[in-house]
Amino acid sequence: MERMELSQDLAREILVMAKAKGATQGDVVMAEGDSFFVTVRMGEVEKISQAGEKRLGLRLFCGNSSASASTSDISRQSVERLVEDTSRMARATAQDPCGGLPAAEELAREIPDLDLCDDAARSVSVDEKIQMALAVEKSALAYDARIINSEGGEFSNHFGRVIYASSQGFSGEYTGSTFGHSVAPVAKFNGSMQRDYWYSSNRKFARLEPPKSVGEKAAQRVLRRLGGRKVKTCEVPVVFDPEMAGSLLRNLSSAISGYALYKGASFLIGKLGTKIASELMTVIDDGTIPGALGSRPFDGEGLPIKKKLIVDKGELRSYLLDTYSGKKLGMASTGNASRSVGEPPGVGPANFYLAPGAHSPDDIIRSVKAGLYVTELIGFGVNMVTGDYSRGAAGLWIENGELTYPVEEITIAGNLKQIFQDIDMIGNDLEMRGRIAAPTVKVSRMTVAGD
Amino acid sequence: MVEEKLPAVSFFDRNFGIQGHDLEKVFATALGRKADYADLYFEYRRNEGVSLEEGLVKNCSQSTANGVGVRVLADAKTGYAYTDDITIENLEIAARTAQYIAQNRPSQLPAAVSQARGEAHDLYPIKTPVNDVALEKKVALLYEIDKFARGLDARVKNVLVSIGAEYKVILVASSQGMVVGDIQPLTRLNVTCIVEENGNRQVGSFGGGGRVEFGFFVDGKDYERYAREAVRQAVLNLSAEDAPAGTMDVVLGPGWPGILLHEAIGHGLEGDFNRKKTSAFSDRIGHRVASELCTVVDDGTIPSRRGSLNVDDEGTPTHRTVLIEKGILKGYLQDKLNAGLMKMPLTGNGRRESYAHIPMPRMTNTFMLAGESPPEDILRSVKKGLYAVSFGGGQVDITSGKFVFSASEAYLIEDGKVAKPVKGATLIGNGPDVLTRVSMVGADLKLDEGVGTCGKDGQSVPVGVGLPTIKIDGLTVGGTRG
Repeated sequence: MERMELSQDLAREILVMAKAKGATQGDVVMAEGDSFFVTVRMGEVEKISQAGEKRLGLRLFCGNSSASASTSDISRQSVERLVEDTSRMARATAQDPCGGLPAAEELAREIPDLDLCDDAARSVSVDEKIQMALAVEKSALAYDARIINSEGGEFSNHFGRVIYASSQGFSGEYTGSTFGHSVAPVAKFNGSMQRDYWYSSNRKFARLEPPKSVGEKAAQRVLRRLGGRKVKTCEVPVVFDPEMAGSLLRNLSSAISGYALYKGASFLIGKLGTKIASELMTVIDDGTIPGALGSRPFDGEGLPIKKKLIVDKGELRSYLLDTYSGKKLGMASTGNASRSVGEPPGVGPANFYLAPGAHSPDDIIRSVKAGLYVTELIGFGVNMVTGDYSRGAAGLWIENGELTYPVEEITIAGNLKQIFQDIDMIGNDLEMRGRIAAPTVKVSRMTVAGD
Repeated sequence: MVEEKLPAVSFFDRNFGIQGHDLEKVFATALGRKADYADLYFEYRRNEGVSLEEGLVKNCSQSTANGVGVRVLADAKTGYAYTDDITIENLEIAARTAQYIAQNRPSQLPAAVSQARGEAHDLYPIKTPVNDVALEKKVALLYEIDKFARGLDARVKNVLVSIGAEYKVILVASSQGMVVGDIQPLTRLNVTCIVEENGNRQVGSFGGGGRVEFGFFVDGKDYERYAREAVRQAVLNLSAEDAPAGTMDVVLGPGWPGILLHEAIGHGLEGDFNRKKTSAFSDRIGHRVASELCTVVDDGTIPSRRGSLNVDDEGTPTHRTVLIEKGILKGYLQDKLNAGLMKMPLTGNGRRESYAHIPMPRMTNTFMLAGESPPEDILRSVKKGLYAVSFGGGQVDITSGKFVFSASEAYLIEDGKVAKPVKGATLIGNGPDVLTRVSMVGADLKLDEGVGTCGKDGQSVPVGVGLPTIKIDGLTVGGTRG
């Protein structure tokens, strides 16, 4: 079977074939990419993996009913079968009045260059990548004698191309790259063994943090966990470090997803235009930032990407919607359709961040007489329907405004509705280290469960 | 090269024209002069999903994927490359890429990589995979479940039902001359209900499945039980009070609460972490890690179970491995690389998500054997505590040993009696220590319904768990009520 190249021409041709099979609307998502990673451990290369992949996905409508399918077999016969199968399946699903593609006039007219790709994705040699992974691990291992082991250092990169075409007349594509390196050192002292992790990721190779500083940060993080103990069950202020504050923002983005809302599966149903959080809290979703990890020139339905105010001084101003979930809620898409090849759209944030506040992280810690500084959360104890929140935690105990001993084997609990209202200090230390980011955040009161 | 005439073997020959003698050349390239071992993992996979919400079957999706991964081992090093275009030319390219790992190695004799022994099982012979059942039948089942669930309680506001089916054909060929294939069907049916009363909205979920046919759900109308359970759990949560916070005696119900073993014990006993000595269980074989009442096994050989496999993803027949016997740590879960380096036996636990992933030691079905206590006696023995019968997900920090798992259905125990329902709360403990505090083990071992998926290092694989009713003397419960 002869393999075909992925292209906008092929996508449009498939849509023509689908129309001949009786489809009234349709869209095609194609993705191809090269992935590489190397892991090293204790100074030796441990794993190297390299590959290229292609996938083609098709969604078809018969009136208002629809189905989706995908294949990795990009041959003429396979594509014909895909069109056949998809149109057959689309006739077996229900007519849904809200189904369908966005109106033609809403589609993106320009495809902005957001500087998402770095040619280094093709030019950096395997040896150079191995050197990066070795350097990041070496930096962590050399930092302190108590760091005696490692889960490894890693370097990875991905180069990808996305093509999208719809029967509404849209056809576009973009390429993007990502690079990342990380290390997970293990420290041991007085019978306590701990592991922690630090990373840097970026669309540009040259903008990765230097391996030395990533390794040192990982080392500092693991060392401060040694000798962790439990605390007595109590109600205290909880300070979330920026990574953990980011997890609260991730919870927020799930709760304002159009799909969760219309299904009745969010604690923020009907809260648009109301105060859902402390006045200190302003949240923005912006997919237009050049070179940022979550930026893209159009969304998963070919709609333009905008910068949006999500929470304005505590007031919920926008949900995250695609065309379908928007129609279900009687609103327009916010340009947040995200696609997996061969799946109907979902909703996802672009670059979603909590605007920085006025305080330095030190000021925030100094404001706490007795409380918890959280540096790790584990488990899945968040109920999106009710907002009930209970997660495993580790971090440092704050006493009289100072970080003191490490704590572990505890949980923090509350309800997200109240947690967002109880944010009473926000740090000035926002860094866009990922697609979702936040500065240090202090919640005035949560239950810490321990002994 | 010895070829067994398995259906999976002829499948790849027929569809991709890949034959035994072609592979010998690929292995020659992959091994080069300095590698110890190479293997190829061919995979063909079809997935189908149909889902219902708001009384409508809105989505139906299907995906087809095939590919091959080439792995080269040299000491503790792994070179890996894969392609989704299965041709001999691409296999050669992938083999050269994977070979890179062995290139800078000083010349030496190849190290021994453990060889699989024993017969492959036949644990899930099925006539018609669920993928091949007419779409109309699946659509009709989803409507039937929706109607049934809504009829159970007027407070049901939305019902979400989904059925997912996977049909996977794999073929593993190694430089040691092994060629083994398997056909692995997998199905799951899930029901989620959202109920509402006076503005109080709650959710309940239930599901099941395995390496089974469509009849598994419909012959005995098992789907009605799923719907009843989902509605019951959601309605129960309407009256649930805040969960307590602090350390108390905890009784875990039978079945799915076995996720405790998966998180607290299982991951920490995977060979890779123990070879690297980054697990809280490193170097502890022969030591007491649980009370005498506890015997824990990992068993990939139970017919039709979600976590079972005829052979693992390195071609090794699956086993029943005793991890803990009467409280003493007995063994680890191994794949080829780690068994070889640790000079320990293969256990048939080398698993991977797909051809795009490197195998590693993973669990199959992990459970504790039944004890002797009647479950009523266990509850009666607790003056004040928590009785948790259903859970969401869990997670573990391998190195510190701290694990969590989150209850979705729990009750207070007061004076030996099951009292008020409480809201879900996360339970947290220390892996190497928690089973030493198991003071009673029930006679009611139950395996879960077949919904578990385990994530490790970015790879997801289906797994099973099981547990009899057990009592743990003191575990931290992460509620809000002090």
